[in-house]
Amino acid sequence: MTTATLVPVAVALPLIGFLINGLAGKYLKKEGLIGAIGSATVGAGFVIGCMVLNELLSLPAEARTRVITLFSWIGAGSLQTAVAYQIDPLSVTMLLIVTGVGFLIHVYAIGYMHGDPGFWRFFAYLNLFVFAMLNLVMADNFLLLFLGWEGVGLCSYLLIGFWYDRNFEKGTTGDAAKKAFIVNRIGDFGFLIGMFLIFKTFGSLQFQTVFGQAGQFAVGSPVIVAITLALFLGATGKSAQIPLFVWLPDAMAGPTPVSALIHAATMVTAGVYMVARCSVLYALAPVSMHVVAIIGACTALFAATIGLVQNDIKKVLAYSTISQLGYMFLALGVGAFSAGIFHLLTHAFFKALLFLGAGSVIHAMHEEQNIQKMGGLKSSMPVTYWTFLAGAVAIAGIFPLSGFFSKDEILWQAFSGGHRILWAMGFTGAALTAFYMFRLVTLTFEGEARWTHSVHPHEAPPTMTLPLLVLALLSVVGGVFGIPASLGGGNALDHWLEPVFQPALDRLPHTGGDQHMLEYLLMAMSVGVALAGILVARKWYLQRKDIPETLSAKAQWAYTVLSNKYYVDEIYDAIVVTPITRVSEKLLWRIVDVGIIDWTVNAVARTTGAIGRTLRLVQTGVTQSYALIFLLGVVAIVGWILAH
Amino acid sequence: MTDHYLLSVILFLPLAGAAAVMALPVTAERAVKATGLISSILAFAASVVLFVRFDPAMEEMQFVEKVIWIPALNVSYHLGIDGISLLLVVLTAFLTPIALLASWDSVKERIKGFVSLMLLLEAGTLGVFMSLDLLLFYLFWEFMLIPMYFIIGIWGGHERIYAAMKFFLYTMAGSLLMLVAIIWLGYYASTLQGGQFTTNLLELYAIAPGIPFGLQTWMFLAFILSFAIKIPLFPLHTWLPDAHVQAPTAGSVILAGVLLKMGTYGIVRFCLPLFPAATFAFLPYVALLAVIGIIYGALVSMVQPDLKKLVAYSSVSHLGFVVLGLVALNEEGMQGGIIQMINHGLSTGALFLLVGMIYDRRHTRMIKDYGGLAKIMPVFAAFFMIVMLSSAGLPGLNGFVGEFLILLGAFKSNLLGSPWYAIVAASGVILSAVYLLWSYQRVFFGRLENPDNTSLKDLTVREWAVLVPVVIFIVWLGVYPKTFLDKSAVSARHVVHRLEEARRGVAAPRVVEHAPDAGRGGQ
Repeated sequence: MTTATLVPVAVALPLIGFLINGLAGKYLKKEGLIGAIGSATVGAGFVIGCMVLNELLSLPAEARTRVITLFSWIGAGSLQTAVAYQIDPLSVTMLLIVTGVGFLIHVYAIGYMHGDPGFWRFFAYLNLFVFAMLNLVMADNFLLLFLGWEGVGLCSYLLIGFWYDRNFEKGTTGDAAKKAFIVNRIGDFGFLIGMFLIFKTFGSLQFQTVFGQAGQFAVGSPVIVAITLALFLGATGKSAQIPLFVWLPDAMAGPTPVSALIHAATMVTAGVYMVARCSVLYALAPVSMHVVAIIGACTALFAATIGLVQNDIKKVLAYSTISQLGYMFLALGVGAFSAGIFHLLTHAFFKALLFLGAGSVIHAMHEEQNIQKMGGLKSSMPVTYWTFLAGAVAIAGIFPLSGFFSKDEILWQAFSGGHRILWAMGFTGAALTAFYMFRLVTLTFEGEARWTHSVHPHEAPPTMTLPLLVLALLSVVGGVFGIPASLGGGNALDHWLEPVFQPALDRLPHTGGDQHMLEYLLMAMSVGVALAGILVARKWYLQRKDIPETLSAKAQWAYTVLSNKYYVDEIYDAIVVTPITRVSEKLLWRIVDVGIIDWTVNAVARTTGAIGRTLRLVQTGVTQSYALIFLLGVVAIVGWILAH
Repeated sequence: MTDHYLLSVILFLPLAGAAAVMALPVTAERAVKATGLISSILAFAASVVLFVRFDPAMEEMQFVEKVIWIPALNVSYHLGIDGISLLLVVLTAFLTPIALLASWDSVKERIKGFVSLMLLLEAGTLGVFMSLDLLLFYLFWEFMLIPMYFIIGIWGGHERIYAAMKFFLYTMAGSLLMLVAIIWLGYYASTLQGGQFTTNLLELYAIAPGIPFGLQTWMFLAFILSFAIKIPLFPLHTWLPDAHVQAPTAGSVILAGVLLKMGTYGIVRFCLPLFPAATFAFLPYVALLAVIGIIYGALVSMVQPDLKKLVAYSSVSHLGFVVLGLVALNEEGMQGGIIQMINHGLSTGALFLLVGMIYDRRHTRMIKDYGGLAKIMPVFAAFFMIVMLSSAGLPGLNGFVGEFLILLGAFKSNLLGSPWYAIVAASGVILSAVYLLWSYQRVFFGRLENPDNTSLKDLTVREWAVLVPVVIFIVWLGVYPKTFLDKSAVSARHVVHRLEEARRGVAAPRVVEHAPDAGRGGQ
């Protein structure tokens, strides 16, 4: 293997791009040059990824794993970690997604960020993000993965707060950025505990060592359950699942390419990747698998219901992302690891597409994001419309677009694994997805224009439409990577990932089997509900606008709850944020620190001083009084001696 | 050849610089500053030589110098370093020129006195880290209080006298008990068969662990009280916010960067190896106070309206991590604690430098007076961001290396016996992000609304020169900590091994016979 040695180069290139643009970007001045550096460093990574993929495919399946160690990192006592990259089917898949979709988004950003005074800074941050993300997916150990894990969190923070002097909803972009970082840190806390447990149990943090030893543990070992649950807490933070999803909708405060790159296509899938990477451990912990599946299904449904009533174009997509990530976790939780990764892949295509399309719309509408103030944009921005439509059909799961294959695979595996309730939740979510997506498409692009004609919406420049076209193509045909056997396909992705997931699958009870008839039936049902969702949305928002209006008026409370996102933010504020700040300020600082501890310290000093002052009275400096005291003393002593 | 005097060279360079400064006329301000800076840079250069020539494989003290000083008491001028003191010596020598350069323009009166006191302070601190004789150590320990007292008291803020006095008395109160314990130790050595009064640390290492448990407890407490005040360990920390807020920037940098480490260094150098039985007995309580300090410091830091106070309380939190790592009593925790001392010196030192830079411009430390600074001071904002992230323990920067090793060590520690110390402490990682990001947001993000801020200038060349070296080390330690971890690895292992041996020894009947109640410590 020779191309594998290029992987560190692929990882390092965005770092170089970050350093060039970060240090010298201000002086480079030319947007074209800055954008070219930013995009090329990521694009080169994609080319390297393709070369590596090509070479791995030429090897037998069991010889497709290799570790490249660069230098040792943190070492003390028995802990030895290195900056080392593991090249295997899973990491190469992620490498291709991150650099491929990332490259398109970088190109798009050249057009989108045109004229922004922070243009160079933006590309520096984007490159830094890709660097961190590549470390996350290529790492051969938990600690380096964690470096990427926190690194993408940082970049997300920097990019959400990119327009740091703007307001966002009730607060500022700074609030949204901080919230993202802190909520992610709560997840990271879980990840840290997971790592400590792993190190204590296995004596190493290296994947191959840990997973190699995992076989010694019985299914259901408490320590493995604890490890996997702690790691999953990390995943709920990064991948925006219940209960830590609250940061993602606010993350939309960042520029749109950021939403596409970080908050849809790559970073948020880190949790999915991590759980998939640890599939062996999860397979040993059925309890954790159940938790993952239940959280996934609940999030999928929960976020979809919120998406039904949102009016901000990016917010709808944000909740949709949370919901789709839920499907991925549902897949992992029912043991359909490769189906989860498959959905990660197709979702990266269509969600990046949808976000970039949304950006194009926002651009054309001069920063307007409210879909109630749009409509009829289809004629003035045809490329955006058609590509957006492709993305919407794909995510709705209509045959034969990519989303159909990946989502159906998940639902089928859930059903055939006996998780009927979870399947039903996913099935319902699919109907809601189709509905809210086409509510979005209809309100944005169709019907009459609800904006003043001074707006003059226009199609985006080629640097923006070209990535849209490529992503649209991928969203349409992306399903070919995973056409199931029942539809005459070879499920290429499943086979490709088999060496990674086989050890885990060996430990899971075998389920399902070849019940093609049932599978066809379920497929037909889910396409059916998706179509129904689409048709209802079109009818309601094109012809019978009175229906959604009466509906929201009739079920006013439900509408309020949904549009306020079940008040989760408010609840967290009331039970966590406010009490902690209040207690810290009023009790810990004012009372405990200043009032008790420091008061005591000063009281000791005051007492000492007071004693000193009292005794000082004796030191009058008058010789006669000293003589008198001396005399009295002598008398007293003599008296005492005489008395005895 | 030169190795034999290298420590003295490093120790006396600042003293010589101070003498030279005093010899200069008061009016020659530039010459005073230049002399101070050059002598401290020379000391740093010498410490780099020391770092390079230090043999990381050796367990024994290196660069040892010994000259009889007070023959009657068997006290010597006895210097020597291991890997732990090496790193702290280099840190001290590194931060002093930085601090001097940082106060180049901000200290405007009595410059001569200021520069010579800073150099004396450096010498005193270096002496603390180099001494292998307890009395010599004590001398340096107390000596360094005097320049610090004047630096706060003369060049400090509005309540400088109160703060300086509090700082002085608080630390003094603790260290007097330590002096009693030192004399007691020397006396104890003389009571042994064929023994004589000694304050030689290396000799006491062999003798002290045999002290009966009851007596050991008192000595341990006398030492650790003194160290706990210096660190400062909760609840003995209240001198710190006052001292920091009132001290001039250079004073805060040295105070946070180096002086606090004297306490944690003292634990490693004296408490653990001299009194192992007492250490085992008090371990859970020390760890508990450390964990309380981590959480408490972070929470109180979060609600501070004053930037300097915020950083001061964050020190309570960070030093809690150091102590937790040390008392985990395994190599991971010990190494983490040691490297975290360096990290805290760099990160918190840099935070004080940055706060000082903005204070020089606006003469306010209140967070509410700022906002939107990223717009007009982008370079300053970028430096602040890097340092803040280092302090928040972001992987890839220095802070993470220490925090991770400490938490890992504490989590797996058999002697602490419970992972809960580490789990609770790890939540401090969340809180540090909260207080740092929140303050950063309020200072740098948002709109530039306060008209007093609109004419602020970004960093000067001198300020670049102050910050760039610190940031280089912040990144170096984060990306390739091996350079530094390797230097202290053997020494850390040595401390841990000594304790492990002591633990086995304590449990063995032979020693129990010698010291009837020592067995308690082993349980």
